[in-house]
Amino acid sequence: MSARWDAIVVGGGHNGLVCAAYLARAGRKVLVLERRHVVGGAAVSEELYPGFTFSVCSYVVSLLRPWIIRDLDLPRHGLEILPLECSFVPHLEGPGLVRWPDGERTRREIAHFSKRDSEVYPQFGQSLSQISRFVKSVIDEQAPAPTSTNPLELLQLGKLAKRFGGLTADERVRKLRLLTASAADFLDAWFESEALKSPMSVSGIIGTFLGIRSPGTAYVLLHHYMGEIDGAFRSWGFARGGTGAISEACASAARSFGAEVRTEAPVERVLVEGGQARGVVLANGDELRARTVVSGVDPHRTFLGLVGPDHLDDDFLRQIRRYKLRGSSGKVNLAVDRVPEFTCRPGDGPHVRGDVAIAPSYDYLERAYDQAKYGDFSERPYLNVVIPSLSDPSVAPPGKHIVSCFVQYAPYRIKEGPERWPERREAFGDAVVDTLAEYCPGLKESILFRQVLTPWDLEQEFGLTEGNIFHGELSLEQLAFLRPAAGWSRYATPVKGLWMCASGTHPGGGIMGAPGALAARAMLRSRAL
Amino acid sequence: MPIESPFHPRTQALCTSYRWKEWAGYHAVCSYEPHHDREYQAIRHGAGLLDATPLCKYRVEGPDAAAFLARVWTRDVRRLKVGQVAYGCWTDDAGHVLDDGTVARLEDERFRMTSAEPSYAWLVSQLAGERVTVEDETDAVAALALQGPTSRAVLRDCCNVDVDALRFFRAAAGDLDGVRVDVTRTGFTGDLGYELWMPAGDALRVWDALVDAGHRHGLLPIGLDALDVSRVEAGFVLGGVDYRSARHCLADFQKSTPDELGLGWAVHLDREPFLGQAAIRAERDRGIAWQLVGLDLDYEQLEALYERRGLPVETCTHAWRTARPLYSGPQQVGYATSGAWSPTLKKDLALASVRAPFAREGRALQIEVTVEFERRRLDARIVPRPFYDPPRKKTCPAARPAEAAT
Repeated sequence: MSARWDAIVVGGGHNGLVCAAYLARAGRKVLVLERRHVVGGAAVSEELYPGFTFSVCSYVVSLLRPWIIRDLDLPRHGLEILPLECSFVPHLEGPGLVRWPDGERTRREIAHFSKRDSEVYPQFGQSLSQISRFVKSVIDEQAPAPTSTNPLELLQLGKLAKRFGGLTADERVRKLRLLTASAADFLDAWFESEALKSPMSVSGIIGTFLGIRSPGTAYVLLHHYMGEIDGAFRSWGFARGGTGAISEACASAARSFGAEVRTEAPVERVLVEGGQARGVVLANGDELRARTVVSGVDPHRTFLGLVGPDHLDDDFLRQIRRYKLRGSSGKVNLAVDRVPEFTCRPGDGPHVRGDVAIAPSYDYLERAYDQAKYGDFSERPYLNVVIPSLSDPSVAPPGKHIVSCFVQYAPYRIKEGPERWPERREAFGDAVVDTLAEYCPGLKESILFRQVLTPWDLEQEFGLTEGNIFHGELSLEQLAFLRPAAGWSRYATPVKGLWMCASGTHPGGGIMGAPGALAARAMLRSRAL
Repeated sequence: MPIESPFHPRTQALCTSYRWKEWAGYHAVCSYEPHHDREYQAIRHGAGLLDATPLCKYRVEGPDAAAFLARVWTRDVRRLKVGQVAYGCWTDDAGHVLDDGTVARLEDERFRMTSAEPSYAWLVSQLAGERVTVEDETDAVAALALQGPTSRAVLRDCCNVDVDALRFFRAAAGDLDGVRVDVTRTGFTGDLGYELWMPAGDALRVWDALVDAGHRHGLLPIGLDALDVSRVEAGFVLGGVDYRSARHCLADFQKSTPDELGLGWAVHLDREPFLGQAAIRAERDRGIAWQLVGLDLDYEQLEALYERRGLPVETCTHAWRTARPLYSGPQQVGYATSGAWSPTLKKDLALASVRAPFAREGRALQIEVTVEFERRRLDARIVPRPFYDPPRKKTCPAARPAEAAT
């Protein structure tokens, strides 16, 4: 039977769709198969409660590469991104801290806690943006291959080395320290006030099963820090209509280039014949043949699930089994009938239009991690709260709002066992609402609807193995040329004709699109199709 | 010395940035906050409220008003139905554009014409015995632009005009908190939006009602900086920036014709005589010398130019208006007149005048940029305008599908 498609993409998440769009743009016949009734994977908008459109999982965007937006003409397909205005850390006592886009205003806010920090803060930003530019050059290219002697590879490494050489000695030391230090240690070298450091440190733990004092978390901090909108670093934003709108725009772009996108088409397995991927078998038994198969799902699901151990060698299998997914976060989505009012800073002014972090101190965050280490969710977790309806009125009825809470820690492996999460779900939701209500006393009365997503739910509903939002931790030992396995960071796999294109590949998670685009580029270059 | 608009008590209190400029003799806000970013986002995602009073406004009335306007406009204004608005331009005898603006047929024999520059003297000098009165109502009529995706919802909550049925470039009169206002579905942002026209004495009442209703719909007062970014995205030309009014030109080569500005669609050529008709016809026979085009600057090349100096791109977040030369190889073939980084499209955009043989869509020209005080060039591709054109700009919930976009 001949192949009907040049490529079948398994999983209609944003990376799968970006990959499909690039392949279709290059004239290839592409089919995207999505298990759920909507595309988007974890970047999805759903009307869970009448009139309220929730960004169910992923809720902010910063890393979506501007060149992808331009290449695929995503705004014409409906993509619009609204910047988050500021970062607010409420405190139980005092006015809390808001970091604004306006530098002088931020300086006065920080000076309330530490005059010294207030003047160092802009220098920190400058230093990190220098380092970010170095990292950006890495994430916009395929992973470097440090052990290769291929001249082209050496050229890429050489460029990287030159860039590294272009940093000052001071920045080089800082960069190395950044790769290995803990987020807390790294920030301690710069600042003295915990009011400032705590909310900054949490960027180092998002999506990992590590604490702010765990080594290696400084790098994760940078990964989030270099969020880029408009070429300006460190800006985060909402997609108008929720993050699903990003996926919808990618799907629309893919379709405009001729790709076909099917929903409610769960793939059972990849069809492997003679060591070569020949297509997929759907859950309903249909066999669809293609010259290549691209996996838009995580490495575990791809190799241990869709391919199966029979077609893989032991060394590779060992690496994939060792690859850490370890989900550590959950999500609570609320529909409310008024803007949450924070005791420390009342009103619905601009301070609540950015993100609100419940991260009052290092100890608070570390205690939250302690509970998770021993198999409990944090009673007082770190929360990252956004109210997208204040910036994008289209997602809620007038006067009503959506409160989206990213919650860490919620370990996948609770001590009762992950499959017992459904019994703990509401208690977990209560802990989140109780935590936020300490800062917003009127919150509970204003809730019209509540959705609680545990790591178990993220796995069962959205196919994120162990509920890991990044398809694998962004820790150093599984990044760049080690993501997802040594020797297999270039989107190809040990199974001929099978490729990977999602967050489990370089450069990793977040609504970035880079894995999808770089995978398509690698496939086209290899003439695999 | 500029004067204050009737909205000044409100705009002045809100303008914490103290950033003002002069607009046609009035004080006008550049941005209410130090940076216009939030105001720009309001235009694209909520609603922006702009004091547009400085627009020159003329009441043109009388049995011959339609015929008169048709004779001085390049558009056949007689074709407008009551409740319809048109955008267009007008020229001198030689077919050189004097100004552009809108004309609304509010009643059978009553029109409101707007222009960027004072045009009263010119209008009355064109009167040739027609039964028409022209009245300058610039100061007497206050104007607000309410622009953005939630602008319809704001009006629905505070005004009895049936905005769901009000189509693109249509006008209707209604009551807004006891004030009679004319609402036109027009604007300078390329988004869903309206302009409201009211007696100057009632201006504050209307402002307050809109701000009050807008609270639930993400309304923000906006200044001219945010407007300017959105008008570049919409690809609209601005008199005095993208072209010079023939009135101010010292030499013919500085002047532009409607076809050169891409406004040929707003010329109804074959009809009774109008100002500039013969000249425009002659130009159509021989072809235009220049063409106004949209440019998409190559951002990757810009990044590379900065990279060579070891720097990140310094994106200018304001729209710019200092002309820059355009080249095709060694030869200068035109000049970009204004541009902006589009936060929505993630593109560096510009409007430019290009010698006609080089103005083909898709062609890459080179634009001069300055990187760290050094002159460089980068590719700028000619692309269609508008750069940004959301469907909501023209759609109408209460209209039949076939009518919705007309």
